[in-house]
Amino acid sequence: MKTVYDRPETLTSSKTHYCPGCTHGIIHRLVAEVIDELGVREETIGVSPVGCSVLAYNYFNVDMQQAAHGRAPAVATGIKRVHPQKIVFTYQGDGDLAAIGTAEIVHVAARGEKITTIFVNNTIYGMTGGQMAPTTLLNQVSMTSPEGRTAIPQGYPIRVSEMLATLQGAAYIARVSVHNPQEVSKAKKAIKKAFELQMAGIGFTFVEILSTCPTNWGYTPKESLKWLVDNMIPVYPLGVKKMPEER
Amino acid sequence: MLKVEFDEDRCKGCELCVEACPKHIISMADRLNAMGFYPAIVINQEECISCGFCARMCPDVVITVRKEENK
Amino acid sequence: MAKVLMKGNEALGEAAIRAGCRYFFGYPITPQNEIPQYLAKHLPEVGGVFVQAESEIAAINMVYGAAGAGARVMTSSSGPGISLKQEGISYIAAAELPCVIVNMQRGGPGLGGIQPAQSDYFQAVKGGGHGDYKLLVLAPASVQEMANLMEKAFNLADEYRNPVMILGDGILGQMMEAVEFKEEKKTSQMEKPWATTGAKGRKPNLINSLFLDPLELEKHNMHLQRKYDRMAKEVLWENYKTDDAELVLVGYGSSARIAKAVVDQARAQGIKVGLFRPISLFPFPKNALQEACKYAHNVLTVEMSLGQLVEDVRYNLEFKVPVHLYGRVGGMVPTTRAVLEEVKRWVNGDQGVETHENCL
Repeated sequence: MKTVYDRPETLTSSKTHYCPGCTHGIIHRLVAEVIDELGVREETIGVSPVGCSVLAYNYFNVDMQQAAHGRAPAVATGIKRVHPQKIVFTYQGDGDLAAIGTAEIVHVAARGEKITTIFVNNTIYGMTGGQMAPTTLLNQVSMTSPEGRTAIPQGYPIRVSEMLATLQGAAYIARVSVHNPQEVSKAKKAIKKAFELQMAGIGFTFVEILSTCPTNWGYTPKESLKWLVDNMIPVYPLGVKKMPEER
Repeated sequence: MLKVEFDEDRCKGCELCVEACPKHIISMADRLNAMGFYPAIVINQEECISCGFCARMCPDVVITVRKEENK
Repeated sequence: MAKVLMKGNEALGEAAIRAGCRYFFGYPITPQNEIPQYLAKHLPEVGGVFVQAESEIAAINMVYGAAGAGARVMTSSSGPGISLKQEGISYIAAAELPCVIVNMQRGGPGLGGIQPAQSDYFQAVKGGGHGDYKLLVLAPASVQEMANLMEKAFNLADEYRNPVMILGDGILGQMMEAVEFKEEKKTSQMEKPWATTGAKGRKPNLINSLFLDPLELEKHNMHLQRKYDRMAKEVLWENYKTDDAELVLVGYGSSARIAKAVVDQARAQGIKVGLFRPISLFPFPKNALQEACKYAHNVLTVEMSLGQLVEDVRYNLEFKVPVHLYGRVGGMVPTTRAVLEEVKRWVNGDQGVETHENCL
């Protein structure tokens, strides 16, 4: 008997605090599997800013820095400039990256910092109890859009991957999902590609991963995956948004 | 050695694995685990094809999958 | 090393390089622009890194990352920028990261002006961010002293694993004076086993200030407080003719230079005046201040604010001596003539009403 699936070494053994069915757990495992497969666990430094996934520093078996809300790309810049040979990644939610941290993510991409950002988009602020995020869909109900989000005056959902793809410093940008086993393996390929391009020093790499929040959406985990497919993918189309130019 | 093994005390009963299994052999136990969830279990191991889809969808690293070495 | 004539901001940049600083993250703001400009040119020459960030908020968080990665790192700004950095500074203090933060103060509040001021004193010394934390705050009064204090700042930052602030002002940053740099000693910098350098052959390191368990957070706060208490031995000050002074002038930075001139002018007219100049603002040199004011009937604080240092002078003298204020603000600089008039007023005993009007 050969073990084909087990806990990756880059994941600690501690149970996570995430809600049942929250896909953060899947995404954590994919990042950890990629780090294992690339054999860089001892060379990697992660940055976890405020959000449900701030406690990622208890789950990734690598050097980690906890960052202020929205500032992970800046913290990662500081780390990477000091250790250019090490692999640096940020793991951020949509409130963190697309709201308070918009300037930081735009400029880390514009500067072409050689770091990787894992952007988990679940259209809501999870940790604080389900408030509207910049990625909340039109008509989506949340604790701060009780009647459903309206473009005026609450603004349109922000397509971060497409936005960042306009920046020349960004080398690789892809949006993926984890709503079924096939998509999970596609997501893993994209994450691996992002880390590989960082290691090759090509530039800033970014993977947006559509994710669920059963607790704050008010659906079961299974229903949440279906809601993601039916509602999020039309607004946030999957696919590679930027490949490194063949320099 | 089991082809697919569930660490019941890590399971939060989210049932994502149930949906993912192509052979539909995963079900939820009728007893509670230490965290107060009904854990996922596999009754007949023989039907498992070690595809690992369940483990891919599990957010809590509950599932270990093994494959017979083709002699 | 021969003396050179140098602008304060540039001398500070040179001194930082000689102190082993190899990383600077900053943002343009008058009156400190020559610091990032100097370092943009000279850091790369020594294999260092200069990054102009998109905001002071990004800059201070880059400092957090670099410091957490084990580097000697600094940033500089002025009032409005230092205000933007406050959250980051609170995180740096809570996560116990060494770094140097320079504030070349300017007239406030709000956009204020670009002329020199000292109205960020409370922000620097009492902590402008959230939570109980302290910065070690050093206040130079000359270009030479700025150069000397840079090296001390980096050493103290590493020793205490704490942010250190150099509190200057627009005058110190913009003026040119002769300065002599010591040879860059190849001091082996302190080992930082806690830094995030990649968990090779050891357990992963974590740079963090999140403690959801209140008992843990209280324990962490107590740990920080013990550290701040240990900093008491880092007090620095200068006495000038205070032995027999009946009126002691108290001031730091540029205000102290003006007060020193007033001491001589008053002495020339037979008035026993002295100057007490705190160089460390945290820890505050309380005992030295009390010693300097032993014979004083009056203490006159001279500062470029409407009364911040004066509160700490009263507090640290335990209100045993009447302490007055002569403050100019908004970029206006006290003149020796005006301060000398104030000295005479208090020495001649006509109390006059303690109002801000008498500052103008």
